[in-house]
Amino acid sequence: MNRKFKTAGAPHFPPQTTVTRVMLQVLIALIPAIAAHVWFFGPGILFQITLAVGFAVGFEAMMLKARHQPVRLFLGDLSAVLTAVLFALCIPPLAPWWISLIGMLFAIVVAKHLYGGLGNNLFNPAMVGYVVVLISFPQAMTAWLPPVAIAPVPLGIMDTLAAILGGKLPGDLTWDAITGATPLDLIRTSVASGEMISEARSSPVFGDFGGLGWEWIANWYAVGGIWLLWRRVIGWHVPVTMIGSVLLLGLIAWLTDPGSNPSPLQHVFSGALMIGAFFIATDPVSGCASTRGRLIFGAGVGIITLVIRRWGGYPDGVAFAVLLMNMAAPLIDRYTRPRIFGR
Amino acid sequence: MRDHLVNEARKAGERLHHFHGGLRLRHNKKISCTTPVEKVPLATRYFVPLLQQTGREAKALVSTGQKILKGDPIGSFAHLGSGYVHAPTSGIVTAIARHPNSHPSGEDGACIVIKPDGLDQWKPLQPIENWEQAEPGLLRQKIQESGIVGLGGAVFPTAYKVGEASLRGIHTLILNGSECEPYISCDEMLMREQPQSIILGARILQRAIGAERTIIAIEDQMGAVHASLSGAVEQSGATEIDIVQVTTIYPEGGEKQLVQVLTGLEIPSGGRPTDLGLLCQNVATATAVARAVVEDKPLIERIVTVTGNGVRRPRNLMAQLGTPIANLVDQCGGYTGDAARLILGGPMMGYALSSDSNPVIKAANCILVLTESDIQPPQPEMPCIRCGECARVCPSMLLPQQLDWSIRNDLWEEASDLGLADCIECGCCDFVCPSHIPLVDWFRFGKAELQLLAAEREQAEAARKRFEAREARLQRLELERKQRIAEKKRALGSANDKRKKIAAAVERARSGKGGGS
Ligand code: SF4
Ligand code: SF4
Repeated sequence: MNRKFKTAGAPHFPPQTTVTRVMLQVLIALIPAIAAHVWFFGPGILFQITLAVGFAVGFEAMMLKARHQPVRLFLGDLSAVLTAVLFALCIPPLAPWWISLIGMLFAIVVAKHLYGGLGNNLFNPAMVGYVVVLISFPQAMTAWLPPVAIAPVPLGIMDTLAAILGGKLPGDLTWDAITGATPLDLIRTSVASGEMISEARSSPVFGDFGGLGWEWIANWYAVGGIWLLWRRVIGWHVPVTMIGSVLLLGLIAWLTDPGSNPSPLQHVFSGALMIGAFFIATDPVSGCASTRGRLIFGAGVGIITLVIRRWGGYPDGVAFAVLLMNMAAPLIDRYTRPRIFGR
Repeated sequence: MRDHLVNEARKAGERLHHFHGGLRLRHNKKISCTTPVEKVPLATRYFVPLLQQTGREAKALVSTGQKILKGDPIGSFAHLGSGYVHAPTSGIVTAIARHPNSHPSGEDGACIVIKPDGLDQWKPLQPIENWEQAEPGLLRQKIQESGIVGLGGAVFPTAYKVGEASLRGIHTLILNGSECEPYISCDEMLMREQPQSIILGARILQRAIGAERTIIAIEDQMGAVHASLSGAVEQSGATEIDIVQVTTIYPEGGEKQLVQVLTGLEIPSGGRPTDLGLLCQNVATATAVARAVVEDKPLIERIVTVTGNGVRRPRNLMAQLGTPIANLVDQCGGYTGDAARLILGGPMMGYALSSDSNPVIKAANCILVLTESDIQPPQPEMPCIRCGECARVCPSMLLPQQLDWSIRNDLWEEASDLGLADCIECGCCDFVCPSHIPLVDWFRFGKAELQLLAAEREQAEAARKRFEAREARLQRLELERKQRIAEKKRALGSANDKRKKIAAAVERARSGKGGGS
């Protein structure tokens, strides 16, 4: 007898991938760098990630409810989790717990949901959260731990937890005693006071070409990023042009005035440049969509980062650079539309 | 401009080129290629749809109760160079009724229902003797009378294409033997089993359009095909036929992509291969042409791949047009337990049918039955995350994500600017989208809306013209009336004058009389 069938539109294939899978792969790619973070700076990052993810998921669920969106479906896409992890990787490992709370409030509630939720945010949520806390709480945000290897007193797990949650340090330790400037801070202050970079570089926080520990974390970001490239989760355009522009301009600056400019490699391997190049500037939602647009976007982030590092008010400029380029992205996309076949 | 492109296109096939985007898909062709093509036995009823080609429904040429012979024309088209639908077998017309048609619209259509008499008796056949000497015009006429359409799935009337080609000057005929969609293997089987008739069709077509040479494009994965085709070329003694193997990347079998692969040139937006001096035809169309010319047999059957995990014994069948699809599936051992979707065409561009009572039509290159596990429960649609994957794979170099956005927001001008009309509906974007946005569905919808808008605009334009014409007419009438009044006035005026003059004269006469002169 004749048989009836349900119909559906072509193509007739099961879904090849999902948003969840994309986000999950990015999270997986971050694991080596997180491990390195723990290795060099102690367990603080793990608590920060836990806190940030907790707040992010809470805010996300709240906002989805408020906007009458399916909570389970959208929590499952893992985008909020990824935002939280990226944010946590940018803040000092001993930052107090409310830094995450405020950061995630601005990242998830303001930057993401007030702009229309997943896919509609103009700015990279993690960077919005980061910049808000950086500007509002400069003191808490610059209290970086030196790498464990050169730390005067390495903190244990419970000590770390007490520091993050209660702001308490073991014994009669003071914050000044255990935290120090980051390599980029040192470069900034030395350049500002007219010292030679080489003098600043004699500080033990420097490694072979980046900061001690920092450069290894950067390496692992790169490894994760290359895995993402290989998995085709991200394209090569943004990382290559971003790192490339930093290398090229950094090289020119360094060659013209090596006294007051760090080497291009120093630039690439310090601060948020690697994580920025592979994990932040590659955020599809707030970046450019077209190929040429992405080339411009990456180069733009690289150049602005260098400019801020050299002349701006902050030692690192990746977050600001990303946000500025986010703003320009729609315009760039407009003017870099690919030529249509046969036109 | 055209001359330059045409000259460039003469190099077709010398070197292979790339096209943008595309996908490497799993082929799944072998499963239907293990047995030779089988004939489908006579059905108890045939349902021959009157809508089987681009354009509108044909007009029925027969009436209920009429006796017909195999190959008799039973419907005629009035559009696009016209054409016919023919009786698939001899018998009696039992009804002309609406019946599910295997049309992408999914709507029922008028079908001629035929009850076979079992004799399968041909109409008197009048083949063209000695086609090598025949007038090209005569060959084209035969193609038109035989109801031949593009058998690759586009079902555009071949006579129309050939007619246009013969007017515009074509140097190269391209026979497309690359079925880029997974599962479909009817052309591969045809090329393996009937290479002579393809070569014959190529030579006839070449004469009909006045082309200098033919390129037959096949996929590099079709091992046996190359040998069989070259053998047939050699046998025919033709020197102007080349066989070119192209890389199997979906959708390289699309007309625009194939031309780009062979020539490195892009068919201008809104244009046709004829703009480059090329004509593309499917290999199956060529065999249909050969049969029409040398045997006078119209297009009443075609090879259909019946395949997929939902069919017990996948294979290729030679089926009469109008045969219910259920008959074909039966011949392939029936459905497996988990058959879930019935598709006419391939998995990328085919359309799902709601019932297997639908008939085989000219466009039916493949009946694909997929199982639950092939399609999985559909994933919920998520917002676009602007990942750009869709643009990366789009062979038309569009920005599907922006197109989708403009269609949903009713921005039709924007959608046109973004190249909605240039979308070939290949489905690549849809396939890779991590957010499972039904992009192609939106694009089909958008195209239909655009057409509607254009029609509306045309109507509005016509209405405006009508209004203006009416206004002009009224004005003219008004003017004429005024003129008439003026003239009348003048006339009356002059009449008054006359009267006055007369009166004056009378007066004068009187006074003259009265006065001395
Ligand atoms: S593939 Fe889907 S999610 Fe990615 S940009 Fe295109 S439409 Fe958006
Ligand atoms: S369906 Fe249209 S928009 Fe999508 S990939 Fe194919 S041509 Fe491009």
